[in-house]
Amino acid sequence: MIAHAIFFYVFSIIAVVSAVMVTVSKNTVHSVFFLILDFISISCLFIMIGAEFLGMIMLIVYVGAVAVLFLFVVMMLNVAQQKNQWFISKENSNHIPIGLLISVIIFFELIIVIGGWKYKPDLFDQGNLSIVNDVSNTHSLGMVLYTDYIHIFQISGMILLIAMIGAIVLTFRQREGVKKQSYLKQISRERAEGVEVVEVASNRGVKIDD
Amino acid sequence: MEYLDLIFQETYKILFLLVPVLVSVAMIVWLDRRVWAFVQKRQGPNVVGPFGLLQSLADALKYIFKEIIIPASSNKIIFILAPIITMTLALIAWAVIPFGVDQVLADINVGILYIFAVSSLGVYGIIMGGWASNSKYPFLGSIRSAAQMVSYEVSIGIIIINVLLCVGSLNLSDIVLAQKDMWFVIPLFPMFVIFFISALAETNRPPFDLPEAEAELVAGYQTEYSGMMYAMFWLGEYANILLMCALGSILFLGGWLSPIELYPFNLIPGALWLIFKILFLFILFALVKAIVPRYRYDQLMRLGWKIFLPLSLTYVVLTASYLFYFNLLPTS
Repeated sequence: MIAHAIFFYVFSIIAVVSAVMVTVSKNTVHSVFFLILDFISISCLFIMIGAEFLGMIMLIVYVGAVAVLFLFVVMMLNVAQQKNQWFISKENSNHIPIGLLISVIIFFELIIVIGGWKYKPDLFDQGNLSIVNDVSNTHSLGMVLYTDYIHIFQISGMILLIAMIGAIVLTFRQREGVKKQSYLKQISRERAEGVEVVEVASNRGVKIDD
Repeated sequence: MEYLDLIFQETYKILFLLVPVLVSVAMIVWLDRRVWAFVQKRQGPNVVGPFGLLQSLADALKYIFKEIIIPASSNKIIFILAPIITMTLALIAWAVIPFGVDQVLADINVGILYIFAVSSLGVYGIIMGGWASNSKYPFLGSIRSAAQMVSYEVSIGIIIINVLLCVGSLNLSDIVLAQKDMWFVIPLFPMFVIFFISALAETNRPPFDLPEAEAELVAGYQTEYSGMMYAMFWLGEYANILLMCALGSILFLGGWLSPIELYPFNLIPGALWLIFKILFLFILFALVKAIVPRYRYDQLMRLGWKIFLPLSLTYVVLTASYLFYFNLLPTS
């Protein structure tokens, strides 16, 4: 049990420290790397409490996909300098109070949630979710997700789909005058069409339309 | 004391897995070059040791004694971390590969997800290496490879779902045991082909080796690396290829099971069968490298998103409806 405790403290300390470093570090790319470290240590904590499926999904979705896109954006846009200027310049820093307000609200919400769980355990009534030990947690998740919570599950899927369509609609525009390559055309090209033998009258040249 | 004993035992087991993997990575590099040379009617490495078998060791020795150059304008910590991450991730995934009944280091419930997660983390070694080099070609190469690996992971994930539908468990040993009657390569043959091609793209092998397309990008993300750090990238890459071959043989070719349950085949231990299958897939990898020209980048993306993704999704629907209609869904 001691080893378990040691690992728990190691991972939680890494999680907390890297979460702080995300906001503190000057280089934006470093922030993203710390965010990734945070995700990884949190998924380790998930695995330690026995939620192995959640831990792995956390790794696959957040670290393997979402954070890669983060890194992409941060590296391509070179936000590192902008971030430093942002704090120095006067006209930009008046957003800080609003940010602080929102973070305070979130902080209190978290306190309410944790407090409610501590003082009113029946708020989080487990209902018909009894803990069964001989079923692996992937099975039990599936059993709950596709029976009791099927509507919520499907609605969340629809919301994601709508968000995806929205993102495509927002960024999609028909650009004029862009040269495009047609794969079918390229593949179906044959030698007979590719080469044309032209009779050239001497001293006159030839005009080939393109 | 008991705890220390446990740690020693586990370390012993881990070494017993890791050392063979590393040695076979070295051998597989030799095999790759030999197959490549064979197709092109060349000799390939044949000087060092019998048949040139020790060529990789000689190369490794050379890399160890070379100077490690760290560019002055690079981000030093991340620059050094990148090859370490690549190699570590390529090696830790081997923990869940089963070599026989109960012959597995960590028999976890979500084995296949673990491999998938680790292989999706593999992008970071490349991105970090490319970004930290602070140079144009490595950066372009790493951006390309990240986009490529993320795209092909999607189709690999969906192919894995196909297999999981037939098994009903995420455990790799269960996946192998479910193929006792019929290897999944027979009912899921199209998925096997797509898996093979996606694995090529996922491990940045030719014809999808755009991250290191030498005609365009020098050597992609590895351009600024030298000495042992370059060798670590290289080892990690080949360990990843071996891992993908192992995954392919476990998912589709019946892992450690022998092809026919008859007398002479039963005598060969399961681990050897798995190794044969891995080698078979690897030789296919090497042949593809030798005979197929490199893809263009937009063709690569189109293949991943517009062809493989819809195909594998359709096959999921097909498999699921077939299993459901004939009441073959696995129960547990």
